[in-house]
Amino acid sequence: MAVLLFAENSQGVFKKAVFEAATYGYDLAQKLGTELYAVSVGQVNDEELAGLGAYGVSKVYKVSNSSLNSFGNTAYAAAVSSVAKSIGADVVVMTQSYNGRAVAPRVAVKLEAAPLSGVIKLVDPSNGYVTEKMAFSGKGVETLKPNTNKLVITVKVNGYKIEENATSASIEAYDFKPSSSSLDTIAKEIIKASEGISLTEADSVVSAGRGMKGPKEWGIIEELASLIGAATACSKPVADMHWRPHHEHVGQTGIQIAPNLYIAIGISGAIQHLAGVSSSKHIVVINKDSEAPFFKIADYGVVGDLFVVVPKLIEAIKKYKG
Amino acid sequence: MKILVCISHVPDTTTKIQFAADGKSLNKTGVKFVINPYDEFGLSRAIGFREEGKKVTITVLSVGGPEVEPTLRKALAIGANDAVRINGAPTDAHFVASQIASYAREREFSVLFFGKESIDYNGSTVPGMVAEMLDMPLIPSATKMDLTGDESATFKREVDGGLEVIETSLPVVVSCQKGIAEWRIPNMRGIMRARKKPLSVVSPVDVSPMVVSVGFSKPAAKGGCQYFEVDDTEQLANTLIEKGLI
Repeated sequence: MAVLLFAENSQGVFKKAVFEAATYGYDLAQKLGTELYAVSVGQVNDEELAGLGAYGVSKVYKVSNSSLNSFGNTAYAAAVSSVAKSIGADVVVMTQSYNGRAVAPRVAVKLEAAPLSGVIKLVDPSNGYVTEKMAFSGKGVETLKPNTNKLVITVKVNGYKIEENATSASIEAYDFKPSSSSLDTIAKEIIKASEGISLTEADSVVSAGRGMKGPKEWGIIEELASLIGAATACSKPVADMHWRPHHEHVGQTGIQIAPNLYIAIGISGAIQHLAGVSSSKHIVVINKDSEAPFFKIADYGVVGDLFVVVPKLIEAIKKYKG
Repeated sequence: MKILVCISHVPDTTTKIQFAADGKSLNKTGVKFVINPYDEFGLSRAIGFREEGKKVTITVLSVGGPEVEPTLRKALAIGANDAVRINGAPTDAHFVASQIASYAREREFSVLFFGKESIDYNGSTVPGMVAEMLDMPLIPSATKMDLTGDESATFKREVDGGLEVIETSLPVVVSCQKGIAEWRIPNMRGIMRARKKPLSVVSPVDVSPMVVSVGFSKPAAKGGCQYFEVDDTEQLANTLIEKGLI
């Protein structure tokens, strides 16, 4: 009956999204009157593993077979499923990261469990495990009910509030040797997008659009972003015109994000753009056109010339930060 | 080389989404349906292989009722060779993945293309389930794909903070992200020819859904926008600071 967290590491460390999934798993384990266990696959040091205790994990099963040093969805899913079966976990939880999206469906098939993907609400065991996720690219919320209590849940990134406490998890080595057929992809290299903050995980995002008039003026956007520790993003036309790299494009066909703070500068808010960002918790819009559709979903707005407003905003924040 | 391109029939990206009065389904009145944009990347990439001189036949497949046939015809007009409609309501990822896996199992496709997600239910679950059911490698969120002979392929795929260069043997399941190919607009000749291309209807295999869609609601409405004058930009900064947002 236990709940098992797949704690995905990024170069040996756990990121915030894993702690969200852990908190989700812990809250569910509490409701079910059971424990939250975790499985880690790959090379992660014991201090990092024990740190999962702060988010409610009581024990971490460590799979560290050297053939699993780099991520492969087939072999990782086999390792997670093996642990789930051996400890009798009915629910597996992970973050809906790029890798989580690939591992979860495989685990669901292996365990004959219902996949619940990108959930934003704790499943309710007293009401048939009903839960919610975003649908229609942020334009709707869908209520889902699984037909079984065997579940594989991915938690939307930035979709669940982290709770911490000061306990540490115990660690147990779990002997798992992947079959050679499950090592079915060869990762040759990773091309880093930039040294900046990962867009999907960022707490704050500063994004700009065609209102910037050209690629040369981006200094103020980067300055504002670095001042508040935000990632930078852009609208589709900006990426299409090569003012900014494609990996910064947020929207329906770009990256979909849900940061705590989204500052949209010189972006009118076409429906396709909003589909990628409307889950952001707080939205600030700076646009010279008071009719820009973005203002309809904004929390805070300034109607004015961005080349005046943004430097003023930078000035005011600098004053505060001293 | 046989390629299967799996497509979903979804509301156009510009659709203003409204739900039926009982909240149980999408209100389809006036909604234009299209090929899921991410799925269409896979179709474009498959046609690209043909243009590179590879001998490929491209089958497009969708799970759904007769209403998805115009969407399949559009895929034929863009350049697929034939179309298959699996005649069942696409209730959940498990049902859809089981149908596709069952169809593909004995047919020796070298590449199975999907979109990285559908823009209606945003589950991003079907490609991974199909890969697992068919015991094939899965390349998720692929932004580039090149065939290296008839047996293997190289990819770039999106990962947190960058791109991964990855290699695998065929057959393979690929979920497509922007970058892998450009969308194509069908020309008149393609549209005319599409009418004569085969579109077969296949009965679904008997599978029960694992997840039921109970209903839909609109996201919680925002409390409205609080405006600041340009000269009061400092107040905006102070508000963000007070709320702990920066």
